[in-house]
Amino acid sequence: MAVEYKATQLLTEKPRHYCPGCGHGIIHRLVAEAIEELDVHGDVVGISPVGCSVFANNYFNFDMVNALHGRAPAVGTGIKRAKPDSLVFTYQGDGDLASIGAAEVVHAAMRGEKISTVFVNNAIYGMTGGQMAPTTLVGQKTTTSPNGRDADWCGSPIRICEMLSTLEGTYYVERVALDSPGHINQAKKAIKKAFQYQMEGKGYCLVEVLSTCPTNWSMSPVESMDWLKENMIPYYPLGVFKDKGAE
Amino acid sequence: MAKKLMKGSEAIAEAAIRNGCRFFFGYPITPQTEIPEYFSERMFEEDVNGCFLQAESEVSAINMVYGAATTGVRAMTSSSSPGISLKQEGISSLCAAELPCVIVNVMRGGPGIGSIQAGQGDYYQAVKGGGHGDYHLIVFAPSSVQEAIDCMGKAFDLADKYRTPAMICADGIIAQMMEPVELPEIRDYKVDPAKKPWAATGYDCKNPVGQRADVTSLYVETEELDVLHERLQGTYKVIEANEVQYEAYNMEKAEIVVTAFGTVARIAKSVIDELEGQGIHVGMLRPITLWPFPYEAVHKAATQPGVKAVLDVEMNAGQMLDDVKIAINGAQKIEFLGHCGSHLPTVEEIKAKILAMKEGM
Ligand SMILES: Cc1ncc(C[n+]2csc(CCOP(=O)(O)OP(=O)(O)O)c2C)c(N)n1
Ligand code: SF4
Ligand SMILES: [Mg+2]
Repeated sequence: MAVEYKATQLLTEKPRHYCPGCGHGIIHRLVAEAIEELDVHGDVVGISPVGCSVFANNYFNFDMVNALHGRAPAVGTGIKRAKPDSLVFTYQGDGDLASIGAAEVVHAAMRGEKISTVFVNNAIYGMTGGQMAPTTLVGQKTTTSPNGRDADWCGSPIRICEMLSTLEGTYYVERVALDSPGHINQAKKAIKKAFQYQMEGKGYCLVEVLSTCPTNWSMSPVESMDWLKENMIPYYPLGVFKDKGAE
Repeated sequence: MAKKLMKGSEAIAEAAIRNGCRFFFGYPITPQTEIPEYFSERMFEEDVNGCFLQAESEVSAINMVYGAATTGVRAMTSSSSPGISLKQEGISSLCAAELPCVIVNVMRGGPGIGSIQAGQGDYYQAVKGGGHGDYHLIVFAPSSVQEAIDCMGKAFDLADKYRTPAMICADGIIAQMMEPVELPEIRDYKVDPAKKPWAATGYDCKNPVGQRADVTSLYVETEELDVLHERLQGTYKVIEANEVQYEAYNMEKAEIVVTAFGTVARIAKSVIDELEGQGIHVGMLRPITLWPFPYEAVHKAATQPGVKAVLDVEMNAGQMLDDVKIAINGAQKIEFLGHCGSHLPTVEEIKAKILAMKEGM
């Protein structure tokens, strides 16, 4: 059977500003396709963060709201409470979600807020030029950890899925990665599942996507995929951490 | 309609509901906690059917308001001074994203954690921009519970009209005291996408009607930011021309004019009444909107024939005094009486000050 490649209408045709090999572009597409397949595209509000994906407002072709750095889950809470029937999701980087916005995501999850989060973990602050994130691996060099992250000095990286799945309010938590076509397919399935649960009125869902930042990792796109596989996945194991729907 | 005895904080909350506000997000802090407490019950009553949510912080609360406001509904938060400081980044972005909402600050004594009694030290923060960037809030300073109710209706209407947040700067005394008040009829507020085409009310890219919501405070290109600023500054000019509110009191034969706002103006008023009984004519010019500030009215009052001096009284080191000076622009002698923190100027002090000024005339 011939497979026809078609661009989804849920993404605009605006040229993306993402660097070659950046994971954000792939994840945008997965999100758009998941929504399209669920056929709820007319009543969606996406919340873009502060980070490289701050421009996501220009790329998703449904109602978009940009939030302040880290505050997307609070903004999403306000939107969902006002529009309980809409699909509301936040799209957040690791600096945004795991550092400055740690309180917002924990409490949205605690409340079982009926929103979904696509959490893009590239182990670095991409937009500001490659500083250390709370998710930066021990030993990883960044512009603010030039000798590599020192666990004694600034602690070990935070595992968001593991942490949030301990909360009663989280309904579904899964970690996926972009390093292979199989993993990318699984990432889309996970995002779709999170959205599906939300439409069924279930609690808070989060999908963490291990992604790449070739520019600030100082690697080629191919090298960065290998680096993700060899360094990130061992520390951030893939899989479902919680799925109340499967229990 | 019969008058009802009500506590300031509860009246503020009820007035919001009566004016169509169905979304409140807040965090406890004295002396405004009765506002969220009131909402936590009232929002769930049958005739209201709204949403009260206790946020994890003031930062989150203002961002929840931001979220709700993007959908076009009437939303608000309330807090007191330290909590309002935490909201400032959010307030700045609400202004930049041109989102209507109402913020109540029941001011207490600062700086720092300060005191939990009434204060007026947040004048600069409210009026001169407590957050970053060139923006203004429409700021009301009620001096009675009834006026707080009336300001609430105005605040929501003007916020919607001009697509800007409005703030009510009350203080601990207004929030805690009980007065007989008249409330407006309860009304619903239905989001009309034709009136709020910018709101996130649903957009189907496969069958597009209207515009896709793109709410943001991000304007990376200087030219784009210039366009926003032109629009904002244009709006501010229209607000300055049309929405100034003040009270001129006992001005007819005034020799001295007091400028004051909020609770302090009330105290000054009782001094004015007492002195009038003794044949000493003191008037008052009381801004109800702190922004837009009644520059013209203050100038006119200060330079009215027969007026020989102005006395500005505040519960701070003289913050509104700056605007009084700008208004008067050297055309009249200005004296100041004030205390910082929660130290309320007393009737005796104000009276003594006015008598001393009168003596020196
Ligand atoms: C209050 C605030 N603090 C700091 C910044 C600067 N800032 C912009 S993006 C960013 C880091 C974003 O990193 P991440 O969330 O990991 O997103 P990425 O760019 O890697 O996708 C920071 C610190 C800001 N815009 N606002
Ligand atoms: S800096 Fe990194 S995260 Fe940002 S667009 Fe480039 S590759 Fe992507
Ligand atoms: Mg990042």
